[in-house]
Amino acid sequence: MRLSPKQSTLLVLAVLMIASPFFFPSNYYYRVGSLVFVNSIAVVGIVILTGYAGQISLGHAGFLGIGGYACALLPAHFGLPPALAVVAGAALSGAIAYVVGRPILKLKGYYLAVATLGFGVLVSMVLANEGWLTGGPDGIKVPDPGLRALLEQVGIELTNPQFWYAFCGLVLFIGAWLALNLRESPTGRALRALHGSEVAARTAGIDVAKAKLNAFVISAVYASVAGSLLALQNRLITPDVAGFMHSIELVTMAVLGGAGSVLGGIFGAALLTLLPQVLTVLQDYEHVVLGLVMMLVMIFLPAGLIPSARRLLRGRGE
Amino acid sequence: MKRIVTGAFALALVATAAATPALAEIKIGAVVSETGPASSLGDPEAKTIRMMVEELNAKGGIKGEKAKLVLYDDGGDPSKAKTFATRLVEDDGVVAMVGGTTTGTSLAILAVAEESKVPFISLAGAIEIIDPVKPFTFKTPHTDRMACQKIFDDMKARGLTKIGLISGTDGFGASMRAQCIAVAKTSGIEIVADETYGPKDADMTPQLTNIRNKSGIQAVLNTGFGQGPATITRNYAQLGITLPLYQSHGVASNAFIELSGAKNAEGVRLPGTALLVGELLDPKDPQKNVVLAYKANFEKAAGGAPVSTFGGYAHDAMRILTEALNKAPSAKPAAIRDAIEGTTGLVGTTGTYNYSKTDHLGLDLSAFRMLEISNGGWKLVK
Amino acid sequence: MSDLLQFLVSGVTVGAVYALVALGFTIIYNASDVVNFAQGEFVMLGGMISVAGVAAGLPLPLAALIAIALTAAIGVALNTFAIEPARGAPVVSLIIITIGASIFIRGVTQIVLDKGTHRLPSFSGDDPIHVLGATVLPQSLWVVAGAVAIFVALWLFFTRTLTGRAVLATSNNRLAAQLVGINTRFVMTLSFALSAAIGALAGVLITPILPTSFEIGISLALKGFAAAMLGGMGNPKGALAGGLLLGLMEALTAGYISSHYKDAVAFFVILAVLFAFPRGLYGSNPVERV
Repeated sequence: MRLSPKQSTLLVLAVLMIASPFFFPSNYYYRVGSLVFVNSIAVVGIVILTGYAGQISLGHAGFLGIGGYACALLPAHFGLPPALAVVAGAALSGAIAYVVGRPILKLKGYYLAVATLGFGVLVSMVLANEGWLTGGPDGIKVPDPGLRALLEQVGIELTNPQFWYAFCGLVLFIGAWLALNLRESPTGRALRALHGSEVAARTAGIDVAKAKLNAFVISAVYASVAGSLLALQNRLITPDVAGFMHSIELVTMAVLGGAGSVLGGIFGAALLTLLPQVLTVLQDYEHVVLGLVMMLVMIFLPAGLIPSARRLLRGRGE
Repeated sequence: MKRIVTGAFALALVATAAATPALAEIKIGAVVSETGPASSLGDPEAKTIRMMVEELNAKGGIKGEKAKLVLYDDGGDPSKAKTFATRLVEDDGVVAMVGGTTTGTSLAILAVAEESKVPFISLAGAIEIIDPVKPFTFKTPHTDRMACQKIFDDMKARGLTKIGLISGTDGFGASMRAQCIAVAKTSGIEIVADETYGPKDADMTPQLTNIRNKSGIQAVLNTGFGQGPATITRNYAQLGITLPLYQSHGVASNAFIELSGAKNAEGVRLPGTALLVGELLDPKDPQKNVVLAYKANFEKAAGGAPVSTFGGYAHDAMRILTEALNKAPSAKPAAIRDAIEGTTGLVGTTGTYNYSKTDHLGLDLSAFRMLEISNGGWKLVK
Repeated sequence: MSDLLQFLVSGVTVGAVYALVALGFTIIYNASDVVNFAQGEFVMLGGMISVAGVAAGLPLPLAALIAIALTAAIGVALNTFAIEPARGAPVVSLIIITIGASIFIRGVTQIVLDKGTHRLPSFSGDDPIHVLGATVLPQSLWVVAGAVAIFVALWLFFTRTLTGRAVLATSNNRLAAQLVGINTRFVMTLSFALSAAIGALAGVLITPILPTSFEIGISLALKGFAAAMLGGMGNPKGALAGGLLLGLMEALTAGYISSHYKDAVAFFVILAVLFAFPRGLYGSNPVERV
């Protein structure tokens, strides 16, 4: 039996998610695992935008901020249950991406990069400056969604980190499945066509502007959901979540792992989430090594870790 | 043969030496923002904590057991702070935690501390860290509210009631701005101008020009830390504004005078701790010896870097924790918590701490001293 | 009236700081189509190394010269070891490489030098000059003069010298440039050295106004990048205009609207300008490569 790339990606993901906890000595590992999943959800969105459609965004953390603050503000001001706030935040992010995306996506390359950057900076600035609403730079508390308590009622008792590991893992799995389906859909094929050449795609009858906008909106929704999950499990959200450095981090995760593939993106997210935890032993040298790893991977494996590894394996096989 | 025996003996000795501390050591955890936007606060804190653990072990540790420090740098990110706090509690097995340079990171750490019932001493200013009182969370710095109160008291004593406010947009500046606006209402101070600046801005003359133009304005207060307040002070002198200028405790360090230029900073007042004026204190002042000793030790350990109030907060937190560890009947978290709560009359660099079940701040307004910059140094405002 | 003048003085000072950073971006971009996100670190290195030199007892001009030379060497190293081996990589990969380089440089600086914040003494004292009720610091004049001088030098370089034209030719079509006998390797090395040197010089000029620390590079690169894009990347005229415009917008917003929205207005205008001029104010017409 030969598995399709989609099936094999989902299989690898499921096995890793389920098998890893058997090696976890403490709750700390669940916490880091859930952070890997949260980052991965946002990065899968970047894979759709950058890997499929070839568009750069240096402001995607702005959507994480919108999703996160939705979970803090909607329950407080409109009495929405936090779980519904995730959905509302995602809808809001999608709508904002739709409005902002139209003019922004006409720009190309570095001009697109600086425009998205400007968008992200604006979002984080509003979150930091409008203290009466957002709590200012020190952030705002996020209510408990109560899902863990719900599980306890049916007899499943999990510690907080365990619960979020399982929950974020599930969301990531669904997100990855959707992204893989999208890849093979007509929309996905249109995106990949315009990645190759916009002129050629247009000649082939693809509505380039619409295809790009689709990718931007979808990736904004992924980012928003990731932001919501981060806020809910931290029970606190600060404007740093929407900051420029966080946007850069997300793009770096996608590109290091291999922006062209969902598994690559997830691998990159895992690598850059785990690396700082491992590098703490180096103390002052942490940043030096992190910078070095980023440069070396990009120089020697410009397609990213997973695609390069795949190519290597395939090359040996044939 | 003889050589082999000696070798084996030496090897055994080394092995014993290496194994001994692992048998009996007390692990203390710390999460501070050594890098990132709050590094000018977190760096002296980290240096102080490392130095004090070394000092502690040089003096024989706690009840004969060595203390081992596990310190992580959260880069100012609350999410990272939460992860590292989880790591300290779950993986490293620390008995207590110190840190939380900013209010955001402190709130993230205290959530972990309360959930896993491990004592935590925060180094951040906001009052919500200890109000309402949480069973396992303490803090050493005075609150921003107290700093505002101290400044306003001094202004009123000088007959200054209409003031301009200018704040950094970072967490420290924004939080103190909100507190000062709240306190002003009840203390008869009228804020007639309210401006902000980015912490790394190169020029604040437009904001200061607008403040200067407000009719009837009598003084200016700047809430912020790092280089912003130094730029404000230089722009203030550049514009030739002669109104009294007040800074916050966020710049209570000689580094501020250095960055501002002594001439520009002349006459600037700020609420600080005894730390900066150790030499000027009355010999009978209980804080005198404490602050002089810390200053000397820190400046030696940090290669000449000047002391700041923030390092002082870390010093006090470590003193309180060490004393509690020595007093506690066991190294169980609840026992340590009770011992911290029992801290009375402990003299730190910030003030004299008296914790209780209902007070996890332990300081009053007397801990602050109003300082004025004079001839490139500090003097006490009586 | 004197208020407006004061706001303009502030805007031009800050704008000149941004322009100095933005100008550094242009040469590397012109030679290689790479936006070097480590440009802010060159500015930081210029300031930090000078500060270390002065602290070690060197006179400021000598310390500054050493800082500029060292930074230029670091720029060449960046090209040789990180950019040249990744030739042909997509734009995102190059962005990541230069960001990796900036994290690396920051990390090394924090270990080799320190984490403190430092200021250089002003070149011509701190006594403000009074003009029609506004005040100017002598150091502001140094910064503005520096920005203008570098602009003129770059403009002459790109239009009047053979080497400068070779840089532009390399950017337009590397292969064709090689065919007409341009040593494109040398052009790349030269442009990294020049960009780094300009960044370091900017660092020396602005440190008396804007204190430096190992982390100052990110925020400078962000504003400098935005200024360069506003003006049109690759054109020295664009860098100068974009920088000044950004600085003036910030100062006038702080002066007349509200300081709370100073940076927001600046980025908002950048977005608006890009929608109207997708290649920036002075950008060349887009030619899409198929």
